[in-house]
Amino acid sequence: MDSIAESQRTLYPYVTGSSVVAIKYKDGILMASDMGGSYGSTLRYKSVERVKPIGKHSLIGASGEISDFQEIQRYLDELILTDNMWDDGNSLGPKEVHNYLTRVMYNRRNKFNPLWNSLVLGGVKNGQKYLGTVNMIGINYEDDHIATGLGNHLARPILRDEWHENLSFEEGVKLLEKCMRVLLYRDRSAVNKIQIAKMTEEGATMFPPFSLKTYWEFSAFKNPTVGAEGSW
Amino acid sequence: MFRNQYDTDVTTWSPAGRLFQVEYAMEAVKQGSAAIGLRSKTHVVLACVNKANSELSSHQKKIFKVDDHIGVAIAGLTADGRVLSRYMRSECINYNYTYESPLPVGRLVVQLADKAQVCTQRSWKRPYGVGLLVAGLDESGAHLYYNCPSGNYFEYQAFAIGSRSQAAKTYLERKFNNFTASSREDLIKDALIAARESLQGEKLTSSVCTIAVVGVGEPFHIL
Repeated sequence: MDSIAESQRTLYPYVTGSSVVAIKYKDGILMASDMGGSYGSTLRYKSVERVKPIGKHSLIGASGEISDFQEIQRYLDELILTDNMWDDGNSLGPKEVHNYLTRVMYNRRNKFNPLWNSLVLGGVKNGQKYLGTVNMIGINYEDDHIATGLGNHLARPILRDEWHENLSFEEGVKLLEKCMRVLLYRDRSAVNKIQIAKMTEEGATMFPPFSLKTYWEFSAFKNPTVGAEGSW
Repeated sequence: MFRNQYDTDVTTWSPAGRLFQVEYAMEAVKQGSAAIGLRSKTHVVLACVNKANSELSSHQKKIFKVDDHIGVAIAGLTADGRVLSRYMRSECINYNYTYESPLPVGRLVVQLADKAQVCTQRSWKRPYGVGLLVAGLDESGAHLYYNCPSGNYFEYQAFAIGSRSQAAKTYLERKFNNFTASSREDLIKDALIAARESLQGEKLTSSVCTIAVVGVGEPFHIL
């Protein structure tokens, strides 16, 4: 790395988004994230859209540096534009977009200048549901349910127990809300403004933001040390 | 065609609006040995007549596998054909690496046509002297395209190029209405009969004719 380029490498993130959680369900994909953009420990921006539709067949959700996500959106806009300009009845599906992003992320990582994001890419094409993830070091994989960041530790155990094929839309939303509620309780960078998006063969639907109901009267929360070792 | 004062280079128009060098390149295709292609809803078959220079030499390779889902048959300057096949293979592999998906045939054909067009508009180049029958499968079904040295491309249900291809074309014109619903075996049979037509009396043997197939669940391969 020559000294002129030194100041151009990404060293740390500034404005970050927290977890994204996504599942396959009967008709397609459901993806949820909160709308927060944290500036370090300050919950600074509260209306950041971190889930976006891409082309006709895909949804992308991002956690990590928001400016890098905006850059990725620009790359994807150009990709989809070129795809549409062929005007030939072929279109890029979620699998193709996921692989393209994997190449981009991995190549940036190799140049020690990563896009500081963990991305979730989901979609439906020709009846085939696809859900995958790629992160800033280029690790990518597909699964029936995906989460980024703390979602991997808090949401995926819930999904491993309760996810099954043929979830209805209502069941899927309830499951995602359960995951987002746990994240809201336990992730310090979560905000209570959730956005859910749906992708089916017919297209993408972005639902309006909403808040989760929270309950703070759990006795174990109000009195956490009762019955602890050495107490009376 | 006769020589005239407008045919020295490809960047000279004739008063009638023709580029003679490009037309001469298409002549080279017509002089090459025949190549035939036909398609059904699920399969595409390529057949070509392989002429060996002498009994001692091996036969010209005229059918190239470009990817699991695409193959080409060429007629004309086979050296140009080999170079273009290498380009097509490269494009397919690069697309697959980035998108982990097969390159749609229509897009490859357009890229090939644009490459050929460049050679019709540069004074230091010459047009490729080869016609390509591109057979391939993608999401939108089975396709057969013909790429000209002029940079034009057309999609066909069935087509033949090269010397004595008119005889094959006449046979195909009679039968093409049935091709969409044809089975794989019937399609191959029709390809062989069309090849025999263009041989005009010579015996049709496996040393003279090569057949290749690509279909749903069947990667491109030479039989």
